[in-house]
Amino acid sequence: MTERFTTGFHPFVIPFLAGMVFVLGVCLIKAVIAVRELDGTDRKKWFLSLLHPNLIVKNTIDIILDCLIHVRLWKRNRLLGFMHSSIAFGWFMIILLGHLQVLMFFPERLGTFYYPIFFDYFIEGGQHTWISRIMDGFLILVLAGISLAIIKRFWSRIFGMRRTTRPTLYNLIGLYSLWAIFPLRFLAEQCARAGDLSVSLWWAYSIALCIFMVVLPFGRYLHIPAEMLLITFRNAGVGITRPHKGMARVQADSCPNCGVCIDACPMNADPANLKDSTVYLTRQFRRGNRERVREISDKCLLCGKCTSVCQVGVDGPRLRILARAARKYNIAPDFSDAGTATVVRAENKVLYFSGCMTALTPKTGRSVESILKKAGIDYEWMDRDGGLCCGRPLHTAGRLKEASQLVRRNEELIIGSGAAVLLVSCPICYREFKENYRLPGIRVVHYADYFCELMDKGLLCFEKSDACYVFHDPCELGRGCGIYETPRKLISKAAGIAEAPKNREESICCGGSLGSLSLDFSRREKITRASLENLYGSKADAIATACPLCLATFSRYSDRPVKDLAQIIDEQTEKI
Amino acid sequence: MTDFGFTLSRSSTLDLQKVDEGRFEQLCRLEKGAAVCIGCGSCSATCPAGSLSGMSVRKILLAVRRGQDIHRMLQCCMLCGKCTMVCPRGINTRHLILSICSIYD
Repeated sequence: MTERFTTGFHPFVIPFLAGMVFVLGVCLIKAVIAVRELDGTDRKKWFLSLLHPNLIVKNTIDIILDCLIHVRLWKRNRLLGFMHSSIAFGWFMIILLGHLQVLMFFPERLGTFYYPIFFDYFIEGGQHTWISRIMDGFLILVLAGISLAIIKRFWSRIFGMRRTTRPTLYNLIGLYSLWAIFPLRFLAEQCARAGDLSVSLWWAYSIALCIFMVVLPFGRYLHIPAEMLLITFRNAGVGITRPHKGMARVQADSCPNCGVCIDACPMNADPANLKDSTVYLTRQFRRGNRERVREISDKCLLCGKCTSVCQVGVDGPRLRILARAARKYNIAPDFSDAGTATVVRAENKVLYFSGCMTALTPKTGRSVESILKKAGIDYEWMDRDGGLCCGRPLHTAGRLKEASQLVRRNEELIIGSGAAVLLVSCPICYREFKENYRLPGIRVVHYADYFCELMDKGLLCFEKSDACYVFHDPCELGRGCGIYETPRKLISKAAGIAEAPKNREESICCGGSLGSLSLDFSRREKITRASLENLYGSKADAIATACPLCLATFSRYSDRPVKDLAQIIDEQTEKI
Repeated sequence: MTDFGFTLSRSSTLDLQKVDEGRFEQLCRLEKGAAVCIGCGSCSATCPAGSLSGMSVRKILLAVRRGQDIHRMLQCCMLCGKCTMVCPRGINTRHLILSICSIYD
């Protein structure tokens, strides 16, 4: 193996070097901006996390698994997983092994950067080493991935994607240059190995690399470096605290525009909402189109399904809530001195908070009360005659300051009651209690969990009915609080249970969500019907849910009976 | 003035000629639902803030049309959305309230 040229240089390496300097410079500037935009405490946390040995290992493993091997994508869709990991991992290995090869045989050339990339031009007989053979294998792997990508571009349905995004001009340029890089490398190497040292293919290869690297910071491919930063932010515990800034910016930049969220979004039952999925939110964030960001964030139901299917973990609902919070209103509510009709005392008892919505589905409240009586639990109903809202609706509307006033007022009332357990029947309230309340010494529990405990203790005596229910996972209970199993356990005790085709993390929002600000009720019927269609897909003859809002929304359009979980338990239990 | 222990309530006469119709029109542009309210009062019946401040969407819409003060009522709205659920006209009352909050000074 010998060097062909003593100079070790040819002008065709210049486009590659220019592109590399450009992309590294821009990514560095972007990273510095994002880190500077973090809150002081978050920034400190992040810096410290980079020194913490456990987190260094975790960051490295996460980056390898998520960015290179795409484990999450493999779990979701093997073909897409293979396509992405073959390109990402294959390319990474080619770069890594290329540098290793130069380090082993020509260490004095390592500082040139371009040597490993154009190895076969500068070195004669380089293809005979074992390292070169492994690299050829990886190149074939990448080429297989690229051919899958080309097929997917024109025929995405065979990859199980009904809808994908329409790429912008930058993305198209990036895409075509990415497709060109590897076949050009392959051809150039093969020609050089055969002894043909014409430089036109090498020029084309270098220019394709340059184009890809120049458009990278402006299109979807920015997700490659951004996701690495996102993983370190996430592992450091940095949250989205400012609209458009810091973590929000990194999340928007990490979106690969794959469009998985388009098929997942329940709003897309109505084609009018097709352009309001999270992928378009992040795209408009990047473009700085405030008007569209406002429209998209106001419309969303905040069901969280896009986040549950997202491969990089972009938190669409949180991005939207903060975009809403950035808006100025001239009239601000003030609850600092709001009293309530009744102040309840419940020393060491269970305090039941039914929430506003349950007042419109009174059966739920009555059933919870009746079950508590049957089990012989000492309880007080906090808002039987009306009370304060939990604050979740204000929170999701982006009025964070006002929401926290309500939260503080409720905290005073709950702590003042002296209760030991706060029982909640509405998942919307439950999530707010879980996430934003500070109730030291008080256990906050949703009734599905609580009644399951009572059942395990033998305080509830079930009689199984012949009916068969399908359980609809409410967004806030399932994706919001991670409660999937206890409702199913309770139903299977009380009656038969069947599963809908899309359930648990992938359950479809009922369409009644208070998360949306601007979606008119006349335009929600399609969403509700699509969600019902999914539930009809099971063998069950009735629908069970555990959210008053889902119950009310489904009852409007369903042609099968809809019941709250508490109601079913109440009907099928007897007093011991 | 001598304090008799009671007072007369202030006159609530409206001078409709002085009412600024522009506000209501502006509101209708932001939220079309404002124009289709039939004033049935379902929202008043369910509103949990009603006991705090006399709040109700029906009253607020009336007050916007008449040019009366709405600040006190809106200060207690918790955006809980019960009014939205019971509205027979399907008005997105939460968006309506937020729109009112944004157009007033």
